[in-house]
Amino acid sequence: MGNLGQPGNGDSPAVSVHGLRKRYGDVEALSGLDLTVAPGTVHGLLGPNGAGKSTVVRILSTLTRATAGRATVAGHDVAARPDAVREAIGLAGQHAAVDEKLTGRENLRIFGRLARLGRRGARHRADDLLERFELTEAADRLVGTYSGGMRRRIDLIASLLRAPAVLFLDEPTTGLDPRSRLDIWAIVRELVAEGTTVLLTTQYLDEADQLASAVAVVDRGRVIAEGSPAELKARIGSHVDVEVGGEADLAGAVAVLERLTGGRPAVEDLRIVTGVPGRAPSVPRLVRELDAAGVAVQDVGVRRPSLDDVFLTLTGRTTGTGGADGGATGMRRHDRAKEGATA
Amino acid sequence: MIVLADGLTLVERKLLHLRHQPGTLVAMLVMPAVMVVLFGFVFGSAIKVPGGGNYREYLMPGLFVMTGVFALSSAMVDVATDQGRGVTDRLRSMPTARAAVPVGQTGADTVTGLFGLLILMASGLAFGWRAHHGLGHALGAIGVLLLFRYTMSWVGTYLGLIMPSAQTADALAPLTLPLSMLSNAFVPTDGMPGWLRVVCEGNPLSAAVAACRSLFGNPGAAAAGGSWPLTHPLAATLLWSAFLLAVFVPLSVRRFTRAGL
Repeated sequence: MGNLGQPGNGDSPAVSVHGLRKRYGDVEALSGLDLTVAPGTVHGLLGPNGAGKSTVVRILSTLTRATAGRATVAGHDVAARPDAVREAIGLAGQHAAVDEKLTGRENLRIFGRLARLGRRGARHRADDLLERFELTEAADRLVGTYSGGMRRRIDLIASLLRAPAVLFLDEPTTGLDPRSRLDIWAIVRELVAEGTTVLLTTQYLDEADQLASAVAVVDRGRVIAEGSPAELKARIGSHVDVEVGGEADLAGAVAVLERLTGGRPAVEDLRIVTGVPGRAPSVPRLVRELDAAGVAVQDVGVRRPSLDDVFLTLTGRTTGTGGADGGATGMRRHDRAKEGATA
Repeated sequence: MIVLADGLTLVERKLLHLRHQPGTLVAMLVMPAVMVVLFGFVFGSAIKVPGGGNYREYLMPGLFVMTGVFALSSAMVDVATDQGRGVTDRLRSMPTARAAVPVGQTGADTVTGLFGLLILMASGLAFGWRAHHGLGHALGAIGVLLLFRYTMSWVGTYLGLIMPSAQTADALAPLTLPLSMLSNAFVPTDGMPGWLRVVCEGNPLSAAVAACRSLFGNPGAAAAGGSWPLTHPLAATLLWSAFLLAVFVPLSVRRFTRAGL
């Protein structure tokens, strides 16, 4: 109970993982994973289903033991001092891990008592949290009647009962509607502003982009790339998207694009997509040069790379989240107006 | 102390469930009377109690023990549901003494079980069942029943922990009914074919039922020369409970404590 949501001592990492391995029978879920999470930050673990993200969280939250390797959370070794780790962490998983047959308030009180807050302490803490996260109105309804978003919120709140120094969020918004995702994101930002360290697993690329200051891309049980979202995206470069007025304009446009970007334009009907290794030319410049070459332009845009592109480039595979979830596609911003305005 | 405090918290959780589902509470109050009438009068009209006596007097210890067996299925379903929903993982990631959770849950079930037992006894009294050997023996019988229920609750906890899903647990739960039928709870074993009689008299339930009959002074005591569990029902029940607890308490606690998958 020492540090209430505080980053902990100095600059020592909130989470530190070295060579973590985990085998389930013949399957190697983790094959030598390394990770360092700075205190007071959101660190994203990004990867497709089955990459090993949840296994990392299960080991760090003392639910399962690593086959090999070493991990510390809030300065405590997870294998040697699991009790000390449990004092310092909160866990909100993929489920809404609450009792559906109780009200939200009762859930928090019961869990608060089991978390050693005492009967009175649990009651006060439950009321405070409900008020703070604006669940007071629904607090006395059965959780079974809650919407999916509210369930996740009460689950997240239940993980905050002991004001954890390190919070593990295992795919906190999987399956949620856009509005509820924003609610969860707002809570996470608020907690981090207060000094909580968050390790967030997600298969939604925009979620990592929105919340995390550092991202570790996980694939097949190891970290294959690490850095800030901007750094990861800088590895990929960007795309120039041009749509011409007619077939007669294609050749001229391709010539201009080759000259300006140094890339190899790909033609699809009247659209030309060009991958640019470094920084793309600005939209006004593209328009000017195409105009000067006598090309009738329908549309010009510069697309910044998404983390989806990052994943594709790093692994040669897509994340498999497709467009169905609305998350991955949300990353594909076509920054036409923005590019034009800032140029 | 910690275990006791968690136990009380979990008892409260169970009571809150009842408060939110008044239907369950009504069923809990009405079902015993229904069972006594159903089994007592329907079966009772056709079954001859060995050595004579009122069938409803013979039946009640059987019903007492049967509700204890239901603790097995309810613990199994509760534990599997918590596990499926991630509640178990939440508890295991908290600074709660890990052993305290199964200990608290089984303890909580025993407390609520006592209430159920008292309601069932009241129904029995209303339909002519009596404890003939005085308060001391009656309290002894209640003790035996609670021990039996507590044992079943641990068996159910372990089964719940190894269930792949809550749905599986739900599907398997009704199997406790035939399990309690394979005993001397409702009918005497004397008339059964030899192999079935061995199975039924070896069922730990039968020993518990026989122990209750003898402590309450209800009819149906096994004749001399019967099988050992039925002629020494109290010792057999205590041995069964000690054996099952010695197996399932460590198994459950270990399963709960040691990180699963």
